[in-house]
Amino acid sequence: MRRPVAVRVVGPLQWIVYPSLLALLATLILATPVTLFGLSLPEPVIPMVLAFAWPLIRPSILAPLALFVLGLMLDLLLYTPQGLWGLVLLCIYAAILLARNFLIGQETRVLFVWYTVAVLGAFFLAYVIVTIDAKRAPSLLALLGQVVPTLLIFPLADRLIQRFDDGDVRFR
Amino acid sequence: MAFRDGPFENLKVPLIWTAGLTVLVVLALSAFLLISQRRGDPEAQSAVRGASDQVSGGVGGVLAAPVRWVGAASDYVGDYFFAVSENRRLKAQVAELQAVADANIALQNINSRYEAMLGIRVEPPVPTQTARSISESRGPFARSRLIDVGTGQGVRIGNPVINEHGLVGRVVGTSSRVSRVLLVTDVSSRIPVLIDRTDARAMLSGDGSGNPRLEYVRGTDSVEVGDRVLTSGDGGGIPRGVPIGVVARGIDGSWRVKLFSDRGAIDFVKVLKFEDFGQLVDAEDLNAPPLAALDTAPAPSATEAAAITDGVTRRQNAQAGADQPAATPAQPPAGGPE
Repeated sequence: MRRPVAVRVVGPLQWIVYPSLLALLATLILATPVTLFGLSLPEPVIPMVLAFAWPLIRPSILAPLALFVLGLMLDLLLYTPQGLWGLVLLCIYAAILLARNFLIGQETRVLFVWYTVAVLGAFFLAYVIVTIDAKRAPSLLALLGQVVPTLLIFPLADRLIQRFDDGDVRFR
Repeated sequence: MAFRDGPFENLKVPLIWTAGLTVLVVLALSAFLLISQRRGDPEAQSAVRGASDQVSGGVGGVLAAPVRWVGAASDYVGDYFFAVSENRRLKAQVAELQAVADANIALQNINSRYEAMLGIRVEPPVPTQTARSISESRGPFARSRLIDVGTGQGVRIGNPVINEHGLVGRVVGTSSRVSRVLLVTDVSSRIPVLIDRTDARAMLSGDGSGNPRLEYVRGTDSVEVGDRVLTSGDGGGIPRGVPIGVVARGIDGSWRVKLFSDRGAIDFVKVLKFEDFGQLVDAEDLNAPPLAALDTAPAPSATEAAAITDGVTRRQNAQAGADQPAATPAQPPAGGPE
């Protein structure tokens, strides 16, 4: 007699809602004013991980909407111009969605190169928008201080892709 | 008729198309938001931002509490073990500062005499409100902090914020219990400053780095490395003389300021409830024609009209009485020496 196999249901709650909430929580925690040995906590833009991983897992209507909401929350938390992070995150999502056919199934190193390109492009866009808004170019050193931690959290994107890539065989 | 029984029964759109369409719509919405909002503008302070600050301030306060407890415990242990050496150091410091305090009393005395002699209108003392920092953003695009006081404690948009070392920033958003402070290092921060040694004016412009730039420096050779920078009070937004930092050369050759407020953690701050005397209730008042208010004044009552007429008559009579004796000597008296 065959034993019943537990079917794992992977819905939007698992790969969109929970990661979004975790990203918000992590952003809130990293906003705590802590100074250790004269250094503050790093401030990566964690939702960039989701904007990169979600289109690779599968196309979705909910994901862009979630990114928009995440962007708005980031703007409110970080006091950036309203709409900035929403626009930037959606640009990453759109770019990766267009390149999806080339990227799915690629090994981690190739994905990291694409993630780096996407993050650099996103920060360049944010840099231009803030320069126009504030009529002053932000410091490049300060920009580097946010780009590097954002690149270093790529393993989270890779883990998300590995975890949910095969969640639905229709998108293989 | 159900939707699936209609002509769209066999219509199948690839998911990537619908996802792409959603992306386009939401991108347009983001761009619209970006264009329609202005950061740092007090009028753009929306209720959404205020409510968000209130919520994230509460969460930030909870998250920051363990950090403060650990810090307090560490200080307690440190104080216990280093009490003797700390006591010796403080005694030496008190001995040094005693002379400075005596000189300060003498200078205050002389200064108050000068002010009295010259009739200078001195600024009134500024009330303050102590607050605790509960959350911060440190990126290149925004540098701000949330503090745990708001309109309920009398904090208003535009109030300067200092710590025990110097200027930290100014309040740009308030809610009932939480306020948002834009740091002087933020890319949209501009503070009018003066160089203490030469009294030269300049503008302190943040660029998202730890050391803001010193721009529009007036005069030649008016700035040197090590000069102390204070607020100038120009524009009336911040009181004059609040210490900011010392001048340094940046790696790009520009003048920058090492902030005094970075000498310690910005855990506790003071909000100066400074009234911005440069503000106008209505900027259009400057363009109003002279005596424009006469058109809007109400018509006098019968009693007021009688009092005005009486006043005018008395004034005319007094004028005539004053003119009469002045005209008399001009006429030569009859039967004079001629």
